[in-house]
Amino acid sequence: MNILVILIPVSLVLGGLGLIAFLWSLRSDQYEDLEGDAWRILSEDEDKPRKENDDSTKPF
Amino acid sequence: MTQAAACPACIGMPEGTLEKAASNGNSQIVLSLPAIHCVACINGVERALRGVNGVANARVNLSMKRVTVGLDRPIAPEQLIDTLELAGFEARLLDTSLLGADTDTYGRGLMTRIAVSGFAMMNVMLLSVAVWSGAVGATQHLFHMISAMIALPALIYAAQPFFHNAWSALSVRKLNMDVPISLAILLAAGMSLFETFYGGAQAYFDAALSLTFFLLIGRYLDHRSRKAAASAAAQLSALEVPRVMRLRGDTREMIDFAELSIGDHIQVLPGGRIPVDGIIVEGASQIDRSLLTGESRTADAGPDAAVTAGEVNMTGPLIIRATTVGEDTTLRKMVTMVDQAEAVRNRYTAIADRAAAIYAPVVHLLALVAFLGWVAYSGDVRLSLNIAVAVLIITCPCALGLAVPAVSTTAAGRLFRAGLLVKDGTALERLAEVDTVIFDKTGTLTMPAAARDMMDEQTQAIALAMTQNATHPISQAIAASLTGVTAAEVSDQKEHPGQGISARWNGQDVRLGSGAWLGTKAGTYIQVGNQPPHKIALRSELREGARALIQAWQNAGLSLHLVSGDDAEETGKVAEALGITRWQANTTPADKIAYVESFAGTGARVLMVGDGLNDTGALAAAYASVSPATAADASRAASDVVLLNDSLTPLIELPLVARAAKRRIVENFAISAGYNLIAIPVALMGFATPLLAAIAMSASSITVLLNALRLRGRV
Repeated sequence: MNILVILIPVSLVLGGLGLIAFLWSLRSDQYEDLEGDAWRILSEDEDKPRKENDDSTKPF
Repeated sequence: MTQAAACPACIGMPEGTLEKAASNGNSQIVLSLPAIHCVACINGVERALRGVNGVANARVNLSMKRVTVGLDRPIAPEQLIDTLELAGFEARLLDTSLLGADTDTYGRGLMTRIAVSGFAMMNVMLLSVAVWSGAVGATQHLFHMISAMIALPALIYAAQPFFHNAWSALSVRKLNMDVPISLAILLAAGMSLFETFYGGAQAYFDAALSLTFFLLIGRYLDHRSRKAAASAAAQLSALEVPRVMRLRGDTREMIDFAELSIGDHIQVLPGGRIPVDGIIVEGASQIDRSLLTGESRTADAGPDAAVTAGEVNMTGPLIIRATTVGEDTTLRKMVTMVDQAEAVRNRYTAIADRAAAIYAPVVHLLALVAFLGWVAYSGDVRLSLNIAVAVLIITCPCALGLAVPAVSTTAAGRLFRAGLLVKDGTALERLAEVDTVIFDKTGTLTMPAAARDMMDEQTQAIALAMTQNATHPISQAIAASLTGVTAAEVSDQKEHPGQGISARWNGQDVRLGSGAWLGTKAGTYIQVGNQPPHKIALRSELREGARALIQAWQNAGLSLHLVSGDDAEETGKVAEALGITRWQANTTPADKIAYVESFAGTGARVLMVGDGLNDTGALAAAYASVSPATAADASRAASDVVLLNDSLTPLIELPLVARAAKRRIVENFAISAGYNLIAIPVALMGFATPLLAAIAMSASSITVLLNALRLRGRV
């Protein structure tokens, strides 16, 4: 049963990593617009901020 | 200059960061986009906005149906709205100060607590499985110790919202749902800690954690629907940012409505809404009073005529001397009247609150009875306390805490996708009980439109050319009815305030305007060259989906009424076209309230559907209310549900979804009561083990959630 001394901390650390990953994604606004992001990934249009004096991105 | 372009370090950064850096700009404008629904809309909106000079960035949030625009230099929101409307997207301005901070700190805190308690619950559950499957002696003791080390800090952090609420209820000597919850969590954790140190066999760490976890989920869903309701309210009060043009000597400036004082001269352009009660000093125009009276005819107004806030100036610019401002205007008084009517509705108690009022004392009594009974029976205080804890945990309203928020979130989400914004938490419950519907006519069931079939093709083309750029509502109605017509070439177009429009076409003078101007009878006419003037008939056209809506609601067993401020002829025509047999014309706002209240006496539950300010009192007085997004501010604020689309079709399923939601809530209560009915006798007899508590709690919570999700399907 001595193996428990290693396995329990290992399982806690792995679980904790998952927790930290979730909290990170929560704090970096990844759940703000689930529907929009799901669509955006399919879009081929340029999706970048407009550059100064760059008229090529102007639609009209 | 955008920060993205200025900073070389930004190149190669992930796009999200780049977007953020850019959109921070100098200032931000948030616009509501009620009609967007797909990726083409996202791209269209963002591209159109980024094409505007001075816009640093635009980012659409499809879930919230709004776009955040970062600006490098001040741009009037109206310009952005015009740009979007040219690109084919309906947009409205939102006031960022009312929306509050973009990030929702409380919701995020709850989410973090859910994550922490979930993480702790799973680990403790894993250790508990070993104990349940037979670990004894040193191993059991070790596992209990580790569980305690994980559970205690997690509980102290994650269960804080419950402790906090329970404490604030207790400090005013009241009981709420959070008192039994906090008591169960504290007692379970304390008892388990004691058992752990004294080598006992039973520890309820996992139960305390899963209780916290499930209840936090319920709390989060509840918070989300409240937040949606709050932001809906903010959205509505933000829809019209009131700014007025003040004239002082030679200076003209746009100022906030609140800064106006009595005696100020203000200018109202054609098509603008009059912001104050006052007297016309200069100018002649026609005034649309329909917002206040429901009348579709316009009234003439000249110098020394009195005007009232909320009326729309139709034809010529007016200069008005303000006689009342701020809270004293007729408009605001109407809002106060609404507030008073609304107080009646606030007396409605949500099903969940009614359940909680019965539930909390029962739980406490049951646990106390179990403890005292067992002390009397066995004399063993430790055993009795253990049993009392088991009773508290099992009766704890885990499923109850989820039953209502899960259902209302699912239902509101479904309705939002259909184009309906549910503003009030108890709206669905009230809508489910509705049996009578009262419709307003103008603006709700009908929209003004011109009858194009009265004109020949050539006249249509000229009329379109003359009206397409005009701001007058009648011009706009004419232009809107002439879709598919190619505009003729006209030149020298001139607007004659209070009279009409003139232009030259094919070497002839053409005039479009009031009958008086063209020397004939009342109405709107068009005259080409020296031919006799030709009347353009204006009639109200049924809103899209009106017929289907009336039919569907009649089939759903609702009794329908039509109440309008318009004259009997027009009202009767619309009622007949729609198949509504009960209607009343020429009603004043007070009559409408009386009409609604006459049903309250008979026990009928009235749903009011209306849009004008003249409906506002009736909307607030009714048991439940719906208004379209085009309605007056006060009306939208007074109603429970706002229809975001122009079509009335989404309303069809509203009563069905509401009824289904109420059914699910009741079912959910029955399910959790059923679980308790089985588990409580077991716990009272002292057979409850931590394993049994864990199973009962998770099973009932999951059943309740799944039952709520059924609302997504057919109703």
